[in-house]
Amino acid sequence: MARTATAPGAPKTALGKAALEVDDRLIVAGPLRRTLNKVFPDHWSFLLGEIALYSFIILLLTGTYLTFFFQAAMTEVTYDGSYAPLRGVDMSIAYASTLDLSFDVRGGLLIRQMHHWAALLFVASIVVHMMRIFFTGAFRRPRETNWLIGVVLLVLALVEGMTGYTMPDDLLSGTGLRIISAIILSIPVIGTWAHWAVFGGDYVGELIVGRFYIVHVLLIPAILLGLIALHLLILVKQKHTQFPGPGRTEHNVVGNRLFPTFAGKATGLLLVVFGVVAALGGLVQINPVWLWGPYNPAQVSAASQPDWYVMFLDGSTRLFPAWDIYLPGNYNIPALFWPTLVLPGILFTLLLAYPMLERKLTGDTASHHLLQRPRDVPVRTSLGVMAITFYLVLMLSGGNDVIADKFDISLNAMTWIGRIGLLILPPIAYVITYRICLGLQQHDREVLEHGIETGVIRRLPHGEFIEVHQPLGPVDAHGHGELAYGGAPVPKKMNQVGGARRAIRGFFSPIEEPTAVELEQRSEERGLSSAEAQRELTSSGRPAEGGRPAEGGRPSEGGRPSEGGRPQEPRD
Amino acid sequence: MTTHDTRPGTTGGADTPGPLHGGPDDDYTPEQLAALPREELDRLGARYDGVEVLHVEPGPEPGSALEKRAVRQVGLLFGLAGLAAFAFFVVYAGAGWFLPDWQWELGSSTFSSLYTPMLGLLMALAFTFFGVGLVLYTKKLLPHETAVQDKHDGSHFDRVTTGATLVGGLHNSGLKRRKLITRSLLFMGGGLGLMLVAPLGGLIKNPSRGNPLGTTEWAEGVRLVRDDGTPIRPGDQEPGSLETVFPAVPGGNRQTDAATMLIRLRPSQQAAEIPREGQEGFGYGDYVAFSKICTHAGCPVSLYEQETSRILCPCHQSQFDVTQGAKPIFGPATRSLPQLPITVDDEGFFVARSDYIEAVGPTYWNRERI
Repeated sequence: MARTATAPGAPKTALGKAALEVDDRLIVAGPLRRTLNKVFPDHWSFLLGEIALYSFIILLLTGTYLTFFFQAAMTEVTYDGSYAPLRGVDMSIAYASTLDLSFDVRGGLLIRQMHHWAALLFVASIVVHMMRIFFTGAFRRPRETNWLIGVVLLVLALVEGMTGYTMPDDLLSGTGLRIISAIILSIPVIGTWAHWAVFGGDYVGELIVGRFYIVHVLLIPAILLGLIALHLLILVKQKHTQFPGPGRTEHNVVGNRLFPTFAGKATGLLLVVFGVVAALGGLVQINPVWLWGPYNPAQVSAASQPDWYVMFLDGSTRLFPAWDIYLPGNYNIPALFWPTLVLPGILFTLLLAYPMLERKLTGDTASHHLLQRPRDVPVRTSLGVMAITFYLVLMLSGGNDVIADKFDISLNAMTWIGRIGLLILPPIAYVITYRICLGLQQHDREVLEHGIETGVIRRLPHGEFIEVHQPLGPVDAHGHGELAYGGAPVPKKMNQVGGARRAIRGFFSPIEEPTAVELEQRSEERGLSSAEAQRELTSSGRPAEGGRPAEGGRPSEGGRPSEGGRPQEPRD
Repeated sequence: MTTHDTRPGTTGGADTPGPLHGGPDDDYTPEQLAALPREELDRLGARYDGVEVLHVEPGPEPGSALEKRAVRQVGLLFGLAGLAAFAFFVVYAGAGWFLPDWQWELGSSTFSSLYTPMLGLLMALAFTFFGVGLVLYTKKLLPHETAVQDKHDGSHFDRVTTGATLVGGLHNSGLKRRKLITRSLLFMGGGLGLMLVAPLGGLIKNPSRGNPLGTTEWAEGVRLVRDDGTPIRPGDQEPGSLETVFPAVPGGNRQTDAATMLIRLRPSQQAAEIPREGQEGFGYGDYVAFSKICTHAGCPVSLYEQETSRILCPCHQSQFDVTQGAKPIFGPATRSLPQLPITVDDEGFFVARSDYIEAVGPTYWNRERI
């Protein structure tokens, strides 16, 4: 508008004028201000999803680089690159170009290994992020949609990983492909038709690497990108959840504004994730395909394991008993069908449906923006630990031959340990977790009622020894705390309520004046040091007012106990 | 940003913003805003976005020891990050120029075998130093503010008015009354959907044509040859040994389902041998030949423990007993490995007597019917 140009306060600097030019055309000042002012809550566990996002960025960048060199074709060629041990060996172009980009492209091996490591990190951070969402109840209304998108993202990430490590066409990936082929064949009724559609004929044909390539570099990444954008859009729209605490309610978000604090920290994390992946890609060898050799259907190496995220399916395949189902008419359902397709189908359906199931079973249909501590929802927490146990048994069974070899255990015993463990360990995990949750709950309540154990033992005039407890807030006539549990962590050590002085800053030599820190502490009117300064001791060594807090801390919103109150003798 | 306007309309008709223009510009005149200090403006804008800054813990005092120290730390980290990044470039570009060659050969110099680790380490250092520096910067040098933002719940007003617009539009379209249009739309939608999906039909092929799953390259009189193409006589193998053999046809050793294990049994194994029913004469003397493709998931079964007569599949640990017609005795496999009937030809080399009498490889829906 013209009026801003001549108005008082019009920009005088070149940058300001340029900004005005931009806003005159695009009108972005308003939305930009809203974005910069957006408040993000601060907790380490909220960064897990970010790690997944940053790994995805690495995957896009390194993956694009790899496509400059990788040739997705299965035409046979004779290798004549720099890797001497394989020179003169017949192999597919896919494998030969993988060798070339590892040995004949400057820095290509680094990028390839970074890509593989980033893929492992991508799936791992999705899984851990999902656990955080699950155990804190962040999937509850209104965030069910984002949970569903998250599960779909996880499944797509698995398929993306699987197609990715299949493409080099080395011996290990070829073995994996053979198993994928058998799994497709095992589908009842349409198995052979599905196999012919996917492979373009009998195993292995000439098409599959090319088909996996376009799925891997275009189809799934495009869907991933779209869903990630939607995931973030919904997150921004709904605003982030937060843990209960002072001033935090269901109707606000307490934290840092996007600019500059949150943006600074998030960029820092992005760079650290990049750094970690670069370190892994450079220093830790992964999938050295030149050692496996080209794929040959008659060869296999022992300890053929997929990448970690598919290992649970390998494990379930190893553990499932040899149960083919024969149907009238000479049809049958292969045993392979159940552990490789039905089991993951059930697992992912349960995962997808969990928010709806919980809503139905608990009858809790309210909107929630405050997170729960896992201990406060023992049934869900125990179910989660039970599921993780089930998953871990499957995953370890995926490498049971390696365990059998390294620990000198019978391979068949390992299979039976897996089969039995899969059935009995999850319920045991459930019971133990449930007990731990209840114990933690009880301890929280106990500290709220009786105060923190100070470790100070006092002998009363009649000879009784008691431990002095520090109440967290006001107490009633019996010396019991009046604070209610508000879903936030309860301080359980004196240092957490200011029992100790703040450490003086400086690693090798103090960079602060110790006496200044002391004075600052006393003036803060909190903690023991300030209490000491004010306390008038009677001859018996007891506080003059009998240890009752002079001004009881008022319970603050959200239930975080205030830090008032002085050492207090227990009355019972 | 010019006030010089030469549009024809401006000389005649009115071109002033309508009554809906409004917004905060009406509440705060430019003069009022110009009088406000920057911090006030920041807070004012934040309030418009539902954000209240509750508390600001200022950064370190300018010129204090605390600040100097933090600035030194952050500066050092950024400097190191730059150093690592430049070093990365020097190593990357300098290899083969003023540094030794980067290409790795068997038994070549240490530089080329350290090339990738060096690049990775330097890149990692550059990124990590930069990242840590940035985090320290936000933690130690920026003021720490605690802000609270209102979460807006859905608005009843928005719902009702949006609903009215949607329903109104639908009502005006008259689709509810104009049944012919709805029906023809549905009909067309079905047809279009089908048309768009139809090209996928190009992927579909009949798996039963020519019975590729039930047959292999083996046939009567086809010699058993090693990977290098040499034929095998009965005297070539030690008792208790296993050799992988292929049909003597072009490309036989690359066939996905023809790989076969030729096993010479030890006398004790031969004595204990219980062949599968109807397959008693499939071996030749103390030789038996079984498909190498696992009946579970199609991996090549490879590990032969002759002490126990077991063949182990390394993929899912199915175990087959060669003295019992390669019957599965542990693990997830349900069927015996198919046995290849063998004999020797006039020149004394092993040949197949026919193809496998059943489909090799993993089980599928209609395997028994092929």
